[in-house]
Amino acid sequence: MIGSKSLKNRTIDLVLAVFLTLLATVMLYPMLYEVFVSFSEAGELVKSRGILLHPLGFTLDAYKIVFGIRDILTGYANTLFVMVFGLAVNLLMTSLGAYFLSRKSDRVKLQKPVMLMILFTMYFSGGLVPTWLTVKNLGLYDTRWALILPTAVNTYNMILLTSYFRSIPESLEESVRMDGGGHITILFRIILPLSKPAMAVMFLYYGVSHWNSWFNAMIYLRDSSLYPLQLILRNILVEGSALNTNSFSVSAMNYEEMEKSVKAAMVVVSTIPFLLIYPFLQKYFRGGLMVGSLKE
Amino acid sequence: MKNKKTTDSLTFQKDFQRNWSLYLLALPVILFYLIFHYVPMYGIAIAFKDFKMNLGIFGSGFAGLKHFKAFFDYPNFWRLIGNTVRISLCTLLFGMPAPVIFALLLNELRMKKLRSVIQTVSIFPHFVSLVVVCSIIKEFCLSDGLFNVVAGWFGAAPRSLLQVPGAFTPVYVISHIWEKTGWSSLIYLAAIAGIDSQIYEAADIDGAGRFKKMWYITLPCIKPTFIILFIMAVGGVMSVGSEKILLLYNETIYSHADVISTYLYRKGLLEFNFSYSTAVNLFNSVINFTLVMAANRISKKLSDTSLF
Repeated sequence: MIGSKSLKNRTIDLVLAVFLTLLATVMLYPMLYEVFVSFSEAGELVKSRGILLHPLGFTLDAYKIVFGIRDILTGYANTLFVMVFGLAVNLLMTSLGAYFLSRKSDRVKLQKPVMLMILFTMYFSGGLVPTWLTVKNLGLYDTRWALILPTAVNTYNMILLTSYFRSIPESLEESVRMDGGGHITILFRIILPLSKPAMAVMFLYYGVSHWNSWFNAMIYLRDSSLYPLQLILRNILVEGSALNTNSFSVSAMNYEEMEKSVKAAMVVVSTIPFLLIYPFLQKYFRGGLMVGSLKE
Repeated sequence: MKNKKTTDSLTFQKDFQRNWSLYLLALPVILFYLIFHYVPMYGIAIAFKDFKMNLGIFGSGFAGLKHFKAFFDYPNFWRLIGNTVRISLCTLLFGMPAPVIFALLLNELRMKKLRSVIQTVSIFPHFVSLVVVCSIIKEFCLSDGLFNVVAGWFGAAPRSLLQVPGAFTPVYVISHIWEKTGWSSLIYLAAIAGIDSQIYEAADIDGAGRFKKMWYITLPCIKPTFIILFIMAVGGVMSVGSEKILLLYNETIYSHADVISTYLYRKGLLEFNFSYSTAVNLFNSVINFTLVMAANRISKKLSDTSLF
């Protein structure tokens, strides 16, 4: 009896393992496909149809072309700029807000009204055009600040951080207070050093959103020398804008044939930075942070 | 109640004297919300005006409900509503259960190493940029793309899927499931991890099998999480995000792909009909707000779980 049960259990385990492995393979395949295409020889690629299980031949030509495209390089630089300054603003503002909201509410009279004012924006907003006009009226239109300031605080992230700050025992702040230290000392000397995991999550969420954002750049920027990488990719990959083939030496190669692998190489190149930090950040996803936020 | 009394007895002056440095710290954040959230809310006023850039919100002429009327009279009004509701309902219907099922299956997988690999892989698409995701979708949908090659094995004639109006919703929903299932399942896995193991042990003693434990213990334990996410999703039924559709659609499939948010983007920022676009946006926001409130109230009544 017991034997048959464990046999049944083991069969279920095996079926499950096979099924989930297949599922994961399917989920990963679109990215793998792009990697395979990017390394494939253009001539081979034209002849083939359908599923690739490995690169057809091996060449780095596509990557040479991608790194020769000036737009891609300036895009990278612009994205990097927005990420560095944007993240600095995000992390500072979010921790200031979270610090304020995490204080004991009966001692701070304006905390509740401010909290309500902030929560309301999660359910109702001015909308696309009024926001756009506000940004324009502030003189941010066509500047990099338009990609940094309007997204300085993400309410959801701030609430997440607030609940983390609340979990830090108040007694730890006493010593600072005894020494006559103020809020700034408490925040920077006590709270933030104790919140490294939460700050890592903030870093990840804000960082990814800056890296991936294209829409704000599209509506707020006119000068294409300011375009971040994703907007340039969107113009080339999605809208199919012609690549300026003069900007790289394509003389010997037939660009028509190369196009598919060049585009795939762009996909790979724009996803790699994230792949590199992914393993380091992954452990934080499993923590209880997300559950805490849900109970808010 | 006691809390309230102490707050009331504190005068504002005293409060400021005590907390001024704290308020000073919070000031940038408060200013941020005022400038980038509340000033635009005031800007909604242009929905009732004939807004001209050079006249400003105040100086522009009053238009009453003209723009709302124009929107209701727009011949494709119902098409926009229908597309918005269809796309979001399908996303909800197929997108909500997928992570639950995935989390349950993953939880049953005993091989720890394999489990963590599968989890890692499944989360990955969530972090790939939307632009890249959509460029891959577009490529796969071409008439010689991957989807058509696979469909060809079953004898289907190749066609460019993003040129076929009826194919848009499936493409949108399936790609959504691919992007979000792994990420969304994390929250359920965290909830499952929080279940007291004693409950399972008790069930073991009663002779409950794997399936029974899943059905009678695990599922009820993740129900509150599911309900909260469901409320948020229902509240968003009329607010299909514009970004993914803007990247995927084209004029030939407007009949099935054009939604309120993409329409108001075109009207507002491509055609510069500021007032009209804002009116459409306000109409949409008010419906969304009502839906969230309604969904919240209903779930409070039915299950004691609510957002606020």
